[in-house]
Amino acid sequence: MTQALKPETPAQLLDAIAWANSDRKPLELVGTGTKRGLGRPMQTAFTLDLSAFTGISLHEPAELVLSAGAATPMAEVEAALEAAGQELAFEPPDFSALLRVPGMGTLGGVLAANLSGPRRIKQGAARDHFLGFEAVSGRGQAFKSGGRVVKNVTGYDLCKLMAGSWGTLGAMHGVTVKVLPRGAKTRTVLLFDVDAAAGIAALTDGLNSPCEVSGAAWLPASVAARSGVDMVAREGAPVAALRVEGFGPSVEARCGMLRALLKDRGATEELHSHRSHAFWREVRDVAPFAGADDDRIVWRISVPPTEAARVIAATAGIKGAEAYCDWGGGLIWLAVDAPRTGADGLVRDAVATTGSGWAQLFRGGDALRAAIPVFQPEPAPVAALTRRIKDGFDPNRVLNPGRMNEGV
Amino acid sequence: MEMPAPDKGVIARRAAIAEELRAIVPGEGVIVDEDELRPYESDGLTAYRTLPLIVCLPETVEQVAAVMRYCKAHGIKIVPRGAGTSLSGGSLPLADGIILGLGKFNRILEVDYDNRCARVQPGVTNLAITTAVQADGFYYAPDPSSQIACSIGGNVAENSGGVHCLKYGLTTNNLLGIELVTMDGEILRIGGKHLDSAGYDLLGLLTGSEGLLGVVTEVTVRLLPKPSSARALLVGFPTSEAAGDCVAGIIADGIIPGGMEMMDRPAIKAAEAFVQAGYPLDVEALLIVELDGPEAEVDHLIERVRAIAEEKGAVSVRVSESEEERARFWAGRKAAFPAIGRISPDYYCMDGTIPRGQLPLVLRRMRELSEHHGLGVANVFHAGDGNLHPLIMYDANKPGELERAEEFGGDILKLCVEVGGVLTGEHGVGVEKRDLMGTMFNADDLAQQQRVKCAFDPDGLLNPGKVFPILHRCAELGRMHIHRGQLPFPDLPRF
Repeated sequence: MTQALKPETPAQLLDAIAWANSDRKPLELVGTGTKRGLGRPMQTAFTLDLSAFTGISLHEPAELVLSAGAATPMAEVEAALEAAGQELAFEPPDFSALLRVPGMGTLGGVLAANLSGPRRIKQGAARDHFLGFEAVSGRGQAFKSGGRVVKNVTGYDLCKLMAGSWGTLGAMHGVTVKVLPRGAKTRTVLLFDVDAAAGIAALTDGLNSPCEVSGAAWLPASVAARSGVDMVAREGAPVAALRVEGFGPSVEARCGMLRALLKDRGATEELHSHRSHAFWREVRDVAPFAGADDDRIVWRISVPPTEAARVIAATAGIKGAEAYCDWGGGLIWLAVDAPRTGADGLVRDAVATTGSGWAQLFRGGDALRAAIPVFQPEPAPVAALTRRIKDGFDPNRVLNPGRMNEGV
Repeated sequence: MEMPAPDKGVIARRAAIAEELRAIVPGEGVIVDEDELRPYESDGLTAYRTLPLIVCLPETVEQVAAVMRYCKAHGIKIVPRGAGTSLSGGSLPLADGIILGLGKFNRILEVDYDNRCARVQPGVTNLAITTAVQADGFYYAPDPSSQIACSIGGNVAENSGGVHCLKYGLTTNNLLGIELVTMDGEILRIGGKHLDSAGYDLLGLLTGSEGLLGVVTEVTVRLLPKPSSARALLVGFPTSEAAGDCVAGIIADGIIPGGMEMMDRPAIKAAEAFVQAGYPLDVEALLIVELDGPEAEVDHLIERVRAIAEEKGAVSVRVSESEEERARFWAGRKAAFPAIGRISPDYYCMDGTIPRGQLPLVLRRMRELSEHHGLGVANVFHAGDGNLHPLIMYDANKPGELERAEEFGGDILKLCVEVGGVLTGEHGVGVEKRDLMGTMFNADDLAQQQRVKCAFDPDGLLNPGKVFPILHRCAELGRMHIHRGQLPFPDLPRF
């Protein structure tokens, strides 16, 4: 039976972790619990419920900053930003359907997991928008880093370290992020009937042009056919998609430039406003693998864009394999029907041949996530460094121990 | 400025150390002659000078690793150095330390357009990257004003910025990977041509770590397609408040300009006298707003910005109609530092960031401080992101003026922190702002940062004396101060 500690104030949070540290009681950090299915499964006697740390404390649109309690629901953050014509430019994904959880979770959770959507290629990842935080370390000490201004190089950039550390270094209770104006208009150029190699080459053409592409995805025919966007689904063909966003006259001009650029590669179409939104939401949220009857294992893989087609081909033979690309080929979402092993050997071998990249087991049962490495195994010297960094923040392994790697 | 006490034993063994280093780095790569050491005695923060023990200029990563292993084994300090342009004293030498210069790592190793990146050695200058790819329509976005001289390795160490940061980010937002040699002499590859990290974001941590965590021997940078056009507006305002309102209005309208620079009256005057850029001299604040992107976008936004500027009370608005005119608008801003150098024997360039809404208050308080210290100050300002560069004018030959300038600078930075800002936006802490770290961070914050240092360099041999005001031994930082042995109940709700 798991017991929950629910501190209401930073002082109580400090007390809770100081107690856990002195009594060597590992804690699982939880906001709204939507990411519990990610990373390695936790089996701690105590959970540290951070859900009391909510509320937007500062939002200055003209200064491009927002500060909030780390457990502020994403829905609340997004609503406040939308009212000011702004957004989190890294386009945080909503994995509620994919992972079968209620909602998008919290701002702190998105940052701690460093989750970013299609716009990552243009605007950077969650970590690039993370300006400051207040936290308690596993040593039971309060510490902070960064600030509330968008340009700051004072001291080590611990925001980068906290982003993607999955709660293993500190329990954040307050965070500050950079917020940006939302594009007034969005359009997507579709190029049909291109296989992975040709599709990614087309995405490269778009990304290497001055069209300021803010989304670049390729879908195989089977994935495209399941799209809720009629123009994508009805062709029954694989499709490459390039998105442009911004001010009206600029979007129209860039859309025209992209179609001209791609004309020798095949027939193109355009998705306008709400269709474009709907399409990129599907790409962002991994909707193609989120169907109610789809219980395949899902991998999240990043490789150099030019290697994507090769990785997709190398994993195509796995039972039930289906893959699509985001980030111009830099991100592959791969579903496989391999509930017991995740086909991890084949997947990681395929990534290894690219010489640069990682594969994360994203959706899989607790047993599988306990049995195989969820995150890409690190080379020994990097793993040793990772352990020493953890030692500095949480020497007794009380904060989400083992969530990323055993012993960390 | 107090630096760690030199190790007399190391200094006494100087000749022997040089001999042993020559076995690792043959030829001319080990410098001991005083005349040849002299160019390395300071960096861009010229007020501080120390002759290093030895300068070592390796040519291969294996040599770097061997030097690091040797220094670790013998307890010898290392100060890494790129082009030596740091404005915060990041590569200020130590009398008992080796300067490890990366100047011979000066090759561009690979340009990979399809993956939009380039692999370069750390001694390549920032500008040389753009120069190498611009004919093909690409560029490297961060553009610190020293870009003609500063090295990309130094940019990584300092997380350098530039005038285009608001739209395109600092160095940290434009890197994909690095090769790093640790103090143990281990060669690590962090990142690559993919995005994001599978484990802790070591790339993000290393960027801006000011040479305290490792030595960067290779950098993979992101390349961006060059915007197809750019135009600028030159806008004069009767008050800095009005100029600040205009900046806020532009952002509120959803526009993130490629560059948005502000200058105050003394800076405008000095720049105009120096380069005759055609700046209006009857205004309190001048704004340069540059829009870049496809022509359709730039032409559209120029008009919107013009309208906002007029609404906010601009007294003069000019729009560049040619590349020459755009360059002329920028000429004064780019020459602002040397322009101040013409009217003052010496100047001290500060680098705080403030919440932009506090600008009028900060400028007012700065004028008061200027009177109090009896020294002039001119301001150039990356207006979009709140990064302020006050230039304090002084004469180093007048006794006490340098000290007064430093005091004035310290007061300005404290003011920045007081209004919600930070000590440094892009120049780094180095030795310059080291002793002010306590105004932003408490002892626990700093101890946690130093524990990161301990994970990389437990003996404190890499660039000691920089960034942290007090050096703690790692054993002391690792010690646990348990202050509670019981679950604090009933204070804590349990379910």
